[in-house]
Amino acid sequence: MRRYHAAVWDEPLVMEMGRPGRRGIVFDEVEPEVRDAVGDPAELVPAGLRRTEPPELPELSEPEVLRHYLHLSQETLGMMGISLFGTCTMKYNPRLAWELVARPEVAELHPDQDDETLQGVLELVHGLDLILRALSGMDQFVFQPGGGAHAAYTNAVLTRAYHASRGELAQRDEIVTTIQAHPCNPATAAAAGFKIVTLPLEENGYPSLEALEAAVSERTAALMVGNPDDMGIYNPEIDRWVEVVHDAGGLCFYDHANFNGVMGKLKARDLGFDACMYMLHKTFGAPKAGGGPAVGAYGCTAELARFLPSPVVAREGGGYRLDRDRPDSIGKVREFFGNVPQLVYAYTWSRAMGAAGIDEASDISVLLNNYMEKRLLEIRGVTKSQPHLTAPRLEMTRYSLGQLEEDTGITVVDVQNRMVDFGIDAFWLSHEPWLVPQPFTPEAGEMWSKEDVDEWIDVLAHVVEEAYSDPELVRTAPHNQAIRQLDGRNLDDPSTWATTWRAYKRKRPVPVEGDGDATEDWAKVAT
Amino acid sequence: MIRIGLIVNPIAGMGGRVGLKGTDGVVERARELGATPVAADRAERALVRLERDLVSQQHKVRFELVAAAGEMGGDLALGRGFSIDVLPGGDGSTTAADTRAAAAELARREVELIFFAGGDGTARDIYEVVCDRLPILGIPTGVKMHSAVFATSPENAGEVAAAFVLAGASAPLREAEVVDVDEDAAREGRIETRLYGAALVPEDRLRMQAAKARSGPTDEAALDAVCRSLAGEMDPRRVYVLGPGTTTRRVLAHLGLPKTLLGIDAVHGGRLVGADLGERELLELIDGQAATLVVGVVGGQGALLGRGNQQLSPTVLRRIGLENVEVVAGLGKLLGLDPPWLRVDTGDPELDSELTGYRRVHVAPRRDVVFKVAA
Repeated sequence: MRRYHAAVWDEPLVMEMGRPGRRGIVFDEVEPEVRDAVGDPAELVPAGLRRTEPPELPELSEPEVLRHYLHLSQETLGMMGISLFGTCTMKYNPRLAWELVARPEVAELHPDQDDETLQGVLELVHGLDLILRALSGMDQFVFQPGGGAHAAYTNAVLTRAYHASRGELAQRDEIVTTIQAHPCNPATAAAAGFKIVTLPLEENGYPSLEALEAAVSERTAALMVGNPDDMGIYNPEIDRWVEVVHDAGGLCFYDHANFNGVMGKLKARDLGFDACMYMLHKTFGAPKAGGGPAVGAYGCTAELARFLPSPVVAREGGGYRLDRDRPDSIGKVREFFGNVPQLVYAYTWSRAMGAAGIDEASDISVLLNNYMEKRLLEIRGVTKSQPHLTAPRLEMTRYSLGQLEEDTGITVVDVQNRMVDFGIDAFWLSHEPWLVPQPFTPEAGEMWSKEDVDEWIDVLAHVVEEAYSDPELVRTAPHNQAIRQLDGRNLDDPSTWATTWRAYKRKRPVPVEGDGDATEDWAKVAT
Repeated sequence: MIRIGLIVNPIAGMGGRVGLKGTDGVVERARELGATPVAADRAERALVRLERDLVSQQHKVRFELVAAAGEMGGDLALGRGFSIDVLPGGDGSTTAADTRAAAAELARREVELIFFAGGDGTARDIYEVVCDRLPILGIPTGVKMHSAVFATSPENAGEVAAAFVLAGASAPLREAEVVDVDEDAAREGRIETRLYGAALVPEDRLRMQAAKARSGPTDEAALDAVCRSLAGEMDPRRVYVLGPGTTTRRVLAHLGLPKTLLGIDAVHGGRLVGADLGERELLELIDGQAATLVVGVVGGQGALLGRGNQQLSPTVLRRIGLENVEVVAGLGKLLGLDPPWLRVDTGDPELDSELTGYRRVHVAPRRDVVFKVAA
């Protein structure tokens, strides 16, 4: 086992560092010639935008600032370790795309520039649209949604517009989904005003066609579903599902969050779907950026395209333009035409991989997951969801540590806390509701090497052995990390939250006389 | 030679349809209220299925049924197409002491399984004699069946018993909780479930019911909200009949009304028009009225109709209309059902088959789960 210890800097907050008057850069006074030419520079800022009091900012030198943030970056409990964070398809974000994004041709653009001066970026957006059309069979993509859930919401709003255009919106007020669909599907459908009808899993590991047939009616507006689900189970009856919903007059949306295991193998349109969504920050090698802003690329058929958010990039003659004249559009779900740096990443990744590369990558994802499954199931206390199913799982498998918990009392969260002691990033458990006890869901994808995956499994096996031989060691983890275990009991109590300096000052306890360690007092309050 | 013992509690289940919470100690009251025995009929259904499954296999296995005397099994067993032995006795007494004596005698004769017809009380009596020395298997007959020793229907009980016989020494067994509700507490509106131990039962995930589970805390808010919306959307012109349990009690609480925990209550125009109703009173109340039935789900075993709510007899259900049955349950409780479907066992196989298929269960406001219903 690799020996590991994270950096522990005991760093004060940046507001508590430095000295009054300390600066990174000291500017000269404005020269008289400049003042004569422009007047008082402060007057250049419109009066309504001018502060009456200077902002309360930390006062530090440039190296102090850099050192502080370097230290913080060393105390993140991972994100540069081996991260098999299932359902998120963790991939390397190539530095080549980073370089491209930083070039002035991208970084210095403004979306309100005249279309004539945006031809390069519009060509790239259109090119990515064509790539996604080829992967999905859809007729038009947009990149406005800032993430997967936002794309699901876009779909719910589009569904509304479609049925309204046919005079059926009042009648069609239900959206059908499954218990294993990402929670954003029912949530966004409900936000758009629909009632939710959920199908539970049955013996085959997916909901039955009979349940779907019982669920659909003249009230059905749409089906929103992912496939394979987060247990890695592919519903082979999905084309029949689409027929059943279409026969009832509903639309079908394919949430392609779990695209990695099937990319290059199937097209949403071939299965009959009317719309689909890809998360560029998962499958297509773009950064997750700490939860956003990302891109949920949303595509649909020609029949639905008139409802898409505006503007869309259109090819015209030899060039490109932003088509804003779209009377049936649902409007905007976000500003402009997408988070362009993410699009550059996704375009770069797709062009570098090529069709053959994407196809091979899905093979590797499934192969690596099945290799992983074989090894993981040899570990004592580890079982998999739906163990009676013999069909291979696709790019991930949902496991359970229920047996371990029964044997030792050690939970999946305890194991997660202990694995970070070995430089392994915390794994993903399961979306709600938990259908198996003590769930966890690793996903290897195509990017991680066999050595990485083996190390991950070795660490899990080691921690499980510890759980049987020294459960207290695991229960009290982490021991080798930047911080110790936090008491999560007050996580839902806003009176202990401080996301700004102002809130921190207001809510922190008054320091005890002669005790300068406010951070420690704060920690006491939080427990 | 494989021998299994048979004990029928002939009064089991009698209290259910007349609104009593069990038959323990109140059999005379049940008779006064017009209750008729149901155990013999259900035990017979199980024996018919056992016979069907075993007769064709008689060349493979030699089998004998050792039955308690008279009403307690012998009367039903005689004439079946397999070897029968009947214990002595048969003076007509069928008390809990008689059940325990029969179990002790069957254990002494070294039968390999005790097949019994009854409810939680019967299961408890037998378990207290044989403990885990001998597997037991219940034909669901009683009013309360919270224990995990019962098959999901009499027919399934017969099938599980037959499978046990055919598997011989290699029949897989598992531990099953023997649970009973304190009937005196239940009549006062308190659910007090006690665990009496773990019996051995034939393992059969699909045909045996799991122990009743309590719903988890996570779906509490959603469940409360859906109960509030059900209460708020009640049509004052309809009669609402509310089944037993804590979920339906929540619905009435949102109307500021009390609810008997294990009984059937009714609301009309925002007023409580009947509490702890029996079949006859229910029929009178809904006579000529549009009615809706609101029922919860028994956790663990997924019982919808026919477990703890036998007052909702086939006649009552048909009068209300199956399209007017609203099911409400916490999502966690539904997802905890194993196997994942709801059970109906109304005593009327034809009605049961009309009820099977898929039915919507309200789990939150504007959110339903389409759940499988099986007989």
